[in-house]
Amino acid sequence: MPASYNLKRADFIFRNENDWEKILSRTLQRDKQDLINELISSELKGRGGAGFPTGLKWKLASEDPSEIKYVICNADEGEPGTFKDREILMMVPFKVLSAMAICGYIIGASQAFIYLRGEYKFLKYDLEKAISEFHYYCNEIKFNFNIRIFMGSGAYICGEETALFESMEGKRGEPRNKPPFPTNNGYMDKPTVINNVETLAHTFTIFKYGSKKFYDLGVQFSRGTKLFSVSGDTPKPGIYELELGMSLQDFVEEFGDGDTKAVQVGGASGFLVPRKRFGETAIGFKGKLIGISLPTGGSMMLFNSSRSMFNVLDNYLEFFREESCGQCTPCRVGCQQLHMGIKAVKQGKKPASYLDKLLKLAETMQNTAKCGLGQSVANSFSSIVENFREEMIY
Amino acid sequence: MNPTQELVVELAEQYGRSRANLLPILQGVVEREKYLSDHSMIEIARELDLPAAEVYGTATFYSFLDYKKRGKFTIRVCKTITCSMKGKNQILLSIEDMLKIGLGETTSDKKFSLLETNCLGWCHKAPAMLINDEVFTDLTPEKVREILSEFMKK
Repeated sequence: MPASYNLKRADFIFRNENDWEKILSRTLQRDKQDLINELISSELKGRGGAGFPTGLKWKLASEDPSEIKYVICNADEGEPGTFKDREILMMVPFKVLSAMAICGYIIGASQAFIYLRGEYKFLKYDLEKAISEFHYYCNEIKFNFNIRIFMGSGAYICGEETALFESMEGKRGEPRNKPPFPTNNGYMDKPTVINNVETLAHTFTIFKYGSKKFYDLGVQFSRGTKLFSVSGDTPKPGIYELELGMSLQDFVEEFGDGDTKAVQVGGASGFLVPRKRFGETAIGFKGKLIGISLPTGGSMMLFNSSRSMFNVLDNYLEFFREESCGQCTPCRVGCQQLHMGIKAVKQGKKPASYLDKLLKLAETMQNTAKCGLGQSVANSFSSIVENFREEMIY
Repeated sequence: MNPTQELVVELAEQYGRSRANLLPILQGVVEREKYLSDHSMIEIARELDLPAAEVYGTATFYSFLDYKKRGKFTIRVCKTITCSMKGKNQILLSIEDMLKIGLGETTSDKKFSLLETNCLGWCHKAPAMLINDEVFTDLTPEKVREILSEFMKK
């Protein structure tokens, strides 16, 4: 193993001690404010990719006076290169269900939903069995809480929280304007806590072991562990739980095939990091660790030198073009023009300088698109075009 | 009542008639009839007291709610980056060769339809495909031929 290696593996999420009943009943007896403080001091941030502080989210929803509130588990895992949530729901569903119930207890909600993507329908049967066992236990301890599965139908954008609410309300999955935020105005315009599957699983760890254990892992601004979905040109693709804050160099030394040219961090909506920047890139939330610090939903796709970055970008843009909801012009037209634009340059129908115009268009999308989809197309587009310009042209 | 009307009423009874139940009802019709016909969308609109255009607008937003008639088994091959790098095209070719249909087409015996889809979430076991709700991963042309021969007997 190379000398600079300092990836730290961890095993919390999938470690199953089958003690959810004990942890759940014990936690439901604690003071709500205490639990919120516990979560805030763990500094857990959302693991879906955006990184909003989970404790703050629960606190805001708990302070809303509304009588009806909802808890939603976002299992619409659609980001290319991400597959950890499926594994959590298959392996340790009770951690997620317990976390949802604890959230319901804290904010004052008795109805919860799991929004499960259509591609994962094969999970539904087992998950429903787990839910009915869970309901049985809730009844036993006289805790009034109900969880239902809502199936998606093949739309990447429904992973965006407000698009997900629209979808659950029986409409097209088109994101809403923010504010108002879901903690005050979510599903059915009621206060809603919506968390990623992995985030909920981490809250279970925190309520089980206390916030200190979680806080002591990772680095400043990026506490705790994170599941990484590793795919592409790697000898060991799969799901790995690692402490946050590692350098990309260490990551590549562990997972690369010896010929890694670039790594896509955070899926198609994330950033492509070329080899020369591996050493200065850290994986975590904001705060300058070594150099650039990249947040991520955990998608790590490795590319070796046999791969054409043009083909990679072409594939991403086709994806965005199809998955854009079409509601706002910057995203609907932008994705299409970027896609057509790089092909025109490649085919020599447009001069190489046209790429600069496309970079400007991507920046405009970043500034003006309504939701995260349109805003983040520029991440992969600019990082690929700027670092592999010659591959776009020749 | 014709069978579609009966199905829509049955689903509306099961899920409820509010707008929030539109997606489960649409999904139920697709599961049974393999697509959403104009007729079924109009029936759903009538049953839920919604404008038919709203039902159509919602249904056509979702890629798994087909409004073209599909076969008994819909094959969806993942075309997103990792599957594409790991040989998605060879998989498609061997399916097309075996079933004698192209992308977006249905076999003449109405048994198989072939489509591409975006990321299925099996990048670590690429290439992957769905046949209806069932997942198949780590595909090779030989493996695909074996899987399809099994399905041809069903």
